[in-house]
Amino acid sequence: MNVPLYEKIWMWAAGGIIAAFIAIVLVTGVGGALQPPSHVETIDPTQVFKDPRFAHPAVTVDANGATVVAFGMMYGFTPAEIRVPAGKRVTFRMTSTDVTHGFLIVGTNANTMLVPGYVSQFTTVFQRPGEYLIVCNEYCGLGHHLMSAKLIVEEAKP
Amino acid sequence: MSDRTGRLALANLWVAILAFGVASAMALMQALSRAALDLPWRSAKMYYLSVTAHGTLMALVFTTFFIMAFGYVVAERTLGRAVPHRALAWAGYWIALAGTLATVAAILSGKATVLYTFYPPLKAHPAFYIGATLLVVGSWIWGFVIIRSYLAWKREHAGQPAPLALHGMLATVIVWLIATVGVAAEMLFLLIPWSLGLTKTVDPELARMLFWYFGHPLVYFWLLPAYVVWYAVLPKVAGGKLFSDPLARLVFILFIVLSTPVGFHHQFMDPGIPASWKLFHAVLTFGILFPSFVTAFTVTASLEVAGRAKGATGLVDWLKKLPWGDPLVASVLLSMLLFAVGGVGGAINAAYGMNAVVHNTAWIQGHFHLTVGSATALTFMGTAYWLLPRLTGRELELGLLAKVQPYLWFIGMVLFSISNHITGLMGMPRRIYDASYGGSAVAHAWRGLTDVSAVGGLFLFTSAAFFMLVMLGTGLAGKKSAPQPIEWAEPLEPVSPRAGLLDRYGLWTVVAVVLVLIAYAVPLWQHLQMQRFGSPGFTPF
Repeated sequence: MNVPLYEKIWMWAAGGIIAAFIAIVLVTGVGGALQPPSHVETIDPTQVFKDPRFAHPAVTVDANGATVVAFGMMYGFTPAEIRVPAGKRVTFRMTSTDVTHGFLIVGTNANTMLVPGYVSQFTTVFQRPGEYLIVCNEYCGLGHHLMSAKLIVEEAKP
Repeated sequence: MSDRTGRLALANLWVAILAFGVASAMALMQALSRAALDLPWRSAKMYYLSVTAHGTLMALVFTTFFIMAFGYVVAERTLGRAVPHRALAWAGYWIALAGTLATVAAILSGKATVLYTFYPPLKAHPAFYIGATLLVVGSWIWGFVIIRSYLAWKREHAGQPAPLALHGMLATVIVWLIATVGVAAEMLFLLIPWSLGLTKTVDPELARMLFWYFGHPLVYFWLLPAYVVWYAVLPKVAGGKLFSDPLARLVFILFIVLSTPVGFHHQFMDPGIPASWKLFHAVLTFGILFPSFVTAFTVTASLEVAGRAKGATGLVDWLKKLPWGDPLVASVLLSMLLFAVGGVGGAINAAYGMNAVVHNTAWIQGHFHLTVGSATALTFMGTAYWLLPRLTGRELELGLLAKVQPYLWFIGMVLFSISNHITGLMGMPRRIYDASYGGSAVAHAWRGLTDVSAVGGLFLFTSAAFFMLVMLGTGLAGKKSAPQPIEWAEPLEPVSPRAGLLDRYGLWTVVAVVLVLIAYAVPLWQHLQMQRFGSPGFTPF
């Protein structure tokens, strides 16, 4: 194929940019620093309240950090107020009791879908203490815009 | 145009135009609703219903019918023969139209407020799913007729390459046929039996995987016909020549190969899909940037050829020489500008880490209104100004409105899209009726920008109204004139008379299918091996 010189330069440059994008995603992804929430675990969505994994939605704090067990349902999150320590690893384990919801902590990159029948799990660290707004970011019915909760990141106790 | 194919194309075009008109009215309601104006009809029910109607009518009905109309024009006018199987083609049209009416009836009666992504376990009336499926079935018949047109021509022109516009349209058909396997499986095996009560539960994650198997190549189904216009119509109307025919062929082939095995990049935030498979799809997603980079160069170079043919000298003078007052040229040039920004945004969305910041925020609606809402929709509107007079034998009415309309769209889209990108970065979710969150201070910071978005919506609606006036004015009252020819851009250098590797559609389809199998067969198989629990349906609307 006869490709003019300028276009050849352009195509090599485009290829180079794309290769750089891919390299960055591979390095950060395979290195494990940046993984999207991709936990694979199933649950009966009609039995969430009885399931031992979700019967007691709450935050448990130990020496290593905190674990948040929560679920979304039309139109709120349980617990509606989540307190976690700053600077510690916080693991979220969540699911939905009805339709598909989203879970976004505004101002952070903590973002996951809550799909009925599946357990979403991810681990993150909140550096800045303060109050954060949690919103549902997947349409879940006429009250979708009312579905929110509060995250309070507390100064870690010495 | 032969009368018979012309009528077929026109029938499809009118459905597209009318769907666009209704969808635009729905969009105005949403834009004003987000600005929290106290309007009498404003309610959550109306808002989510209008989002569903807007998405379905724009993304599925307007695009599909427009592409079918344009496809028939391309097939007949590049090959110089009426399309075969006309009775079947008409049957496809009526099936698609009946399906559309069923889906729209379900939405407007409030029984299918599931948005155009229709994720279960939200459960719509069966007419919604069956209607959408019939629309796809009608489009399959269209695809069959386009392929048969080409094959009939090929038998008499052995060894010759297809004209470029048809090459692009064949790529569109192949992408569509591969893509719709996913949505057909979702509809036939999961959603239709479930909505009819034949099955009790559905696996929402499996449905999402099948939907996005379809949902991403869907965007190339929208984009490739626009590329056909950019490569094969725009240089001609602008007074130039196509800079490189072989590179254009390469671009369309790359889309056949790469369009489908990338769907997981819409599901980065989903549970139930291993990170390794998401990474595989992410890498291929970046690969698909390449043909659009090439397109940016080739089309711009073709425009430079046009400007220089009109006597431009110097580095950028040729830009001024382009016919910016021609509705097709203005529409396409402005849509390309917006698409350049949208393309960069797409690369950001595809980046594994950054996706977590923008997923399901207003950023996403800001993004896809630059791509499908501009690259595709604005190009299609420009194409309609060019096509309708040629199909009806009438002069374009209200030409001044047609000249202004692309610029209004551009201004509106800049206001709408920039404000939504920013509020998205600030964490505002997409698709919400009200953004106040009980007086939250964080949410309060989004105000102001939501008003800018609403002003953008007003510009866009005015633009859409101008478009509708020109279309209806031309169709109903345009002056009869001598038929104008439909002409395709000539390449700068003569095309090789021999079909080459890039003209072997069967081969590239096989490559595409193999890649799709690698990307989807294993994760789907693994998924089906898990212990899964179905979900009953919900109708919270």
